[in-house]
Amino acid sequence: MKLIILNDYDEASEWAAKYIRNKILLFTPGPDRYFTLGLPTGSTPMGCYKKLIEYYKMGHISFQYVKTFNMDEYVGLPRDHPESYHSFMWNHFFKHIDIKAENTHILDGNAADLQAECAAFEDKITAAGGIELFVGGIGPDGHIAFNEPGSSLASRTRVKTLAKDTIIANARFFDGDLSKVPTMSLTVGVGTVMDAKEVMILITGAHKAFALYKAIEEGVNHMWTVSAFQQHPQTVFVCDEDATLELRVKTVKYFKGMMHVHNKLVEPPPSLLKRN
Amino acid sequence: MPSNKSVSDASITQFINCRILREHQLQREDLWVRDGRILDPEKLFFDEQGYADERVNCEGSIIAPGFIDVQINGGYGIDFSQISEDVSSGLSFVSKKILQHGVTSFCPTLVTSPPAVYHKVLPQVKVHDGGRGGAGVLGFHLEGPFISVEKKGAHPESFLRTFQAGGMEDLMEAYGSLDSVAMVTLAPELAGSQSVVRELCRRGITVSLGHSVANLSQAEEAVHHGASFITHLFNAMLPFHHRDPGIVGLLTSDRVPSGRTVYYGMIADGIHTNPAALRIAHRAHPSGLVLVTDAITAMGLPPGRHTLGQQVVEIQGLHAYVAGTTTLCGSIATMDMCVRHFKQAAGCSVEEALEAASLHPAQLLGLVHKKGNLDYGSDADLVLLDDALNVKATFISGEEVWRKEP
Repeated sequence: MKLIILNDYDEASEWAAKYIRNKILLFTPGPDRYFTLGLPTGSTPMGCYKKLIEYYKMGHISFQYVKTFNMDEYVGLPRDHPESYHSFMWNHFFKHIDIKAENTHILDGNAADLQAECAAFEDKITAAGGIELFVGGIGPDGHIAFNEPGSSLASRTRVKTLAKDTIIANARFFDGDLSKVPTMSLTVGVGTVMDAKEVMILITGAHKAFALYKAIEEGVNHMWTVSAFQQHPQTVFVCDEDATLELRVKTVKYFKGMMHVHNKLVEPPPSLLKRN
Repeated sequence: MPSNKSVSDASITQFINCRILREHQLQREDLWVRDGRILDPEKLFFDEQGYADERVNCEGSIIAPGFIDVQINGGYGIDFSQISEDVSSGLSFVSKKILQHGVTSFCPTLVTSPPAVYHKVLPQVKVHDGGRGGAGVLGFHLEGPFISVEKKGAHPESFLRTFQAGGMEDLMEAYGSLDSVAMVTLAPELAGSQSVVRELCRRGITVSLGHSVANLSQAEEAVHHGASFITHLFNAMLPFHHRDPGIVGLLTSDRVPSGRTVYYGMIADGIHTNPAALRIAHRAHPSGLVLVTDAITAMGLPPGRHTLGQQVVEIQGLHAYVAGTTTLCGSIATMDMCVRHFKQAAGCSVEEALEAASLHPAQLLGLVHKKGNLDYGSDADLVLLDDALNVKATFISGEEVWRKEP
């Protein structure tokens, strides 16, 4: 596991975006070779998306040969509802870049048969050759995607009832009206994300500090589903200073001491330097 | 390979690198067009998995809805009120010329004329969409002859009429037909006018109050019956008086039925309305301000003598007078000039200035479902402007119909 500690949210976002940029560039995607990218929604990744859009606009990367798979979507919320994850992805990412609609995949929370929709999603990931890099955020209770505390760490894509905490937290997006907040979602399972070749988790802000502590300093526990990634062979946690508040000084010092090594991962690759 | 063939074979254009006027704000958004109408790209993406066939780089331009001029008497030597065997060719000529001013649709306006003119001219022109040939015609604006003698302005007194036979009969006798009429300007103090106002509104024709000595209560009564516009505010009406503000008082009247807006035409050419008066009107009632050119034959022509209706007018600089007098008889300003002057004189935002020439006239004419905005589904009538609001290109139904020479 790598733990990347940056000064603040903006630096963390930029680091994550550069990491994704490099992964895509080094993969050298093409018509017969798509880069598969798992994507989250929420406020944490917004800065990272902004940076990626910037890199696209500067001509540094293209999403023409990238396939995306989103983590989750609400059940029963109209697709064009401003709070749907379809709307989120359109407004914060897809409309700004050159990705083709046919290469994006978001679970349909309005499908007639939700279970079939989930199974089909797993099949599409398999058909695409698995996911190269799954990017995720977490909730203050350590949930990854909508895998709420207590979710099986072997879970696959499925229908999930949201925890009360999540519903209350989401009410702010629905006029503060609890009755308008969807109570169910479709989500990839912890196992689905575990299958990715590589996983990057973004964690920023003091309110996520306890979750980061639970994720990396305590044992694997289904009450903090993000802790499952301790057992993933290639996981990188990207966080800001605030998110480290609950970590031991020793942990922070150890990983900070390695930043000069880790930062090499986000240096512009030779192909990009040549173009400039 | 556009992957949208299942829905429509029409190609999809994406205007990029622009700021578009939507929901009263300039937004950094692309504008998508298919089949002459504005397309919701999110629906295209998720429902059809479609994408653009063509991209137009707007190089940072502002995209506003095409301008709508509800009062234009002619231009470039053409006078719509002049009797002619071939009215439509003159109209086409002007409609093509005004594309360079960002005007994508308009109401050709006839000033007070003898019945023979209406009978001859009106049947020759049908309401039609714009295109490469020129701006679309939304219907005639008939300004007179049912107006006040005292406030006739440049209209020839000998052809003024009253509702002596009771109302609609007089109107039909003068005009002959209302088929291609979008708006009528009349004086509400004329006896019998209220039933005419009601009947015109019932037929979907906008009634405007102007060339009138009406007091406020007469004007309010006309609004109550359906009138919704004031023709060139301040011009050809009683001046504002604090005990009876006259037609001008409609701007702040509390007797306008709830849910309705009274719009008012403003000739923002810097001559017909003093900038201070323009600011008074704008600050009192910003959402009702409709920019009109009231342009005459000489718009686009050099100084000298020209014909307007049955009269001769003289152009001196930006002023147009009844020849030999100091009576203003219409302007020679273009719509884009009016938008720029209005913004500067009123100190309003770019958005407000543009909406006064697009959204407001569309609202006035009941056309907001397709014109005057860049909402999804509306006609792709567009004007591309630089930051100083100079027109760079004009599009009708998504097709480029004019572009400034580089």
